[in-house]
Amino acid sequence: MAAGRMKLELFRVVQGTGRLGVLTGLGRTGQHSLEVPGCLLYSHCGTVPHLTQDTLHTLSTLPSVTQITLSNIAEHQEVLEAFKDGFKKFSGLHDTVLYCSLHDPATSFPTGHTTYKTVSVWGSGGRIELTVEKFMDLQKTIQPDWYQSMADGETWQTNTSRKRVRKSVDRTLAHLDECLLLHQKSQELEGVEIFGVVEGGDIQEERVRSARETAKRPVAGFCLDGLQTGSMDKALRTQLISAVTKELPDDKPRLLQGVGQPDEVLACVEAGVDLFESFFPFQVTERGCALCFSFDISPDPERAGRAPPAVLELHKETDAAGETQQNGDHIIDDQTQMTSFEINLKDKRYQDDFRPLVEGCGCYCCKNHQRAYLHHLLVTNELLAGVLLMIHNTAHYHGFFGALRGALANDKLDLLKRRVLGERDEQIKTKL
Amino acid sequence: MAAENSSSINMSAQKAISAVSPLTLRIIAECPVTKARACDLILPHCAVSTPVFMPVGTQGTMKGITVDQLEGLGCQICLGNTYHLGMRPGPDLIDKANGLHGFMNWKRNLLTDSGGFQMVSLVELSEVTEEGVKFKSPYDGKEILLTPEKSIGIQNSLGSDIMMQLDDVVSSTVTGPRVEEAMHRSIRWLDRCIAANKKPDKQNLFAIIQGGLNSELRKTCLDEMTKRDVPGFAIGGLSGGEEKDDFWRMVTLSTDHLPREKPRYLMGVGYAVDLVVCVALGCDMFDCVFPTRTARFGSALVPWGAIQLRSKQYAKDFQPIDPDCDCPTCKRHSRAYLHALFKSDTAAMHHVTIHNIAYQLTLMLSVRRSIVEGRFPEFIQTFMKQMFPSRDQYPSWAVDALASVNITLE
Repeated sequence: MAAGRMKLELFRVVQGTGRLGVLTGLGRTGQHSLEVPGCLLYSHCGTVPHLTQDTLHTLSTLPSVTQITLSNIAEHQEVLEAFKDGFKKFSGLHDTVLYCSLHDPATSFPTGHTTYKTVSVWGSGGRIELTVEKFMDLQKTIQPDWYQSMADGETWQTNTSRKRVRKSVDRTLAHLDECLLLHQKSQELEGVEIFGVVEGGDIQEERVRSARETAKRPVAGFCLDGLQTGSMDKALRTQLISAVTKELPDDKPRLLQGVGQPDEVLACVEAGVDLFESFFPFQVTERGCALCFSFDISPDPERAGRAPPAVLELHKETDAAGETQQNGDHIIDDQTQMTSFEINLKDKRYQDDFRPLVEGCGCYCCKNHQRAYLHHLLVTNELLAGVLLMIHNTAHYHGFFGALRGALANDKLDLLKRRVLGERDEQIKTKL
Repeated sequence: MAAENSSSINMSAQKAISAVSPLTLRIIAECPVTKARACDLILPHCAVSTPVFMPVGTQGTMKGITVDQLEGLGCQICLGNTYHLGMRPGPDLIDKANGLHGFMNWKRNLLTDSGGFQMVSLVELSEVTEEGVKFKSPYDGKEILLTPEKSIGIQNSLGSDIMMQLDDVVSSTVTGPRVEEAMHRSIRWLDRCIAANKKPDKQNLFAIIQGGLNSELRKTCLDEMTKRDVPGFAIGGLSGGEEKDDFWRMVTLSTDHLPREKPRYLMGVGYAVDLVVCVALGCDMFDCVFPTRTARFGSALVPWGAIQLRSKQYAKDFQPIDPDCDCPTCKRHSRAYLHALFKSDTAAMHHVTIHNIAYQLTLMLSVRRSIVEGRFPEFIQTFMKQMFPSRDQYPSWAVDALASVNITLE
């Protein structure tokens, strides 16, 4: 197999507080890079939900990597085969690195369709069963820069038996070996990176076994699967991730699937995760909410582009109004529920609120529109609500990742945690 | 021709100075063959090049498109609906937000309708009396009376550059005394609207010509309404399912009697063929929900009609919607990608909405350019040849309408 160009340079590694670095050599020509901890750009079929290129590019800093999922794309295999030039060109994406994962992290799918030789994805036309051969044929037509190996991750439901968990680790390793074999033989996939998938459900020894075995294979990095929000207790997840990352080589990136809430991101970064998917701002958008949590730890508000007193005031104000925000900790099995990191713009209190979503936010939505307008768009079911919220939520979420890297660089992760979690806990306390 | 043009500019400029309304119409060129004209319509927020198609943003938003995108497409004026906006968010909130311009952050012109049309078309239980239109709110069931004064009150809150009078709308397929009653009532309501306008220096009020499909009634309405000093006129009560033969005759009768120096707005018309024919009949402004509504169902407008992108035949069609189109959608995406995206994300609708608005605006710009350059008759010939595969497919009403303004289709 042609050696990939992907390379992880770590600037700082402190056990228990995370890894700061940059992933370089991304893309076929290797000219792209991605800072870690970081997150990918979430997409539906190559399109950031609700956004056209015009609206997407109002965002000043976008991650260099776009995530696409086979659940969206498998059904278009024949079309892509006819097209011949790969998905990037097909979807009009010119200047991005393309990462292809198996499932859509924002959508749950039915279980019980995985077999010894196959996994299934659900597209608009229903279930599509994938063998390793079909999976690899898809990768050849999609021609991503980087993809996740085929994996059996059906271990996240409660009461999954030890036997089933062991089977998922074994199958996933077998799939990886087959994928690697076909990958190495394929000219189309020369220079394309493959990530191995670490499974093991909630059983630590299976997690460790999966990590050790996967690390023996020539993979460019690792996907940590079956740990998504809702699948298990947060403390257990962090413990499992710490155990897994200890087994993985330092010089390869670790991508955690299905986790996106800011508090969870912070805990998982501390446990050694480098990369996340950005489906969380999409979920927030779909429930008509706007991310508003504060992550500014800069002593100079102008440099940070966000005025902390204004954001603090926002929090105080929401408290005073007695907002009944849900505490994310208590709702681990329902990702459609609102978290304490967001405000619900459908709420009547925003009807005549002529402030931007977040005071000082530089996104297109906050610079041009007010909460009252967003409220109106939501109650009238107008399509622009999704567009504007997606712009703001994406900007806010990626801003948080920037702040996270800044905090790691300046030894201020504790301060950031207090900012992100502390204020939230205070809010929860006042409600209880 | 050139001399005629310059004298007409001077004349209309003088007329504009004498008028108090915040509207100036400069006639740039008149077609020597048809009744078509190209004008600059100067409104409070910016100049509008006519003939113009005005996209409809019913609830203070253009269907998934940002105001920057709409401006980027060259749109100079769009519509908001008084009925919807009066219900939600309501005139008080709009007042606080500095009008509809401030609320939606649109820097260019807005036209609002009177709310009467929606009441008749959307609300089942509505009753028209001399006082106004009585109806039950679909939101809380409360009985509401929309009077000419209330309609103008809401439109004054909205702060639109052009307001429409409340008219007594009768379906264009209705005949008999009800049509006559509605026409006379619309004249009386026009007077009440004029009296109710609190901002005549900032907001233009247009009259709406009614009279159904009856030439006598239309003529009476025209005679009466043109006596009033309103800044512009709309041709109403058409585009509601009547025979096209009746439709174009009413349009041309209206433009024959409307003053040359004031803008003429044909309400509810937006199909490409209708636009081109009605420009030839002398109309300046048009609006229709069709291009944006049909976009959301996957139908993209092209010079030869429309293509349904969700249809399987486009799954492997790697060309843009229209290879000659310069819109952001056609510059980047293929029919096949849009076909696939329709299965995954709402952005597919936005792409087609952008394309369809671009199509409408580009069509009107081409019409205008041909009028200015004195080749509108040739433009019509080419346009019709592109739109229809053969001459025998030309709709007979269009052939007749164009013949009435000296255009014999080849």
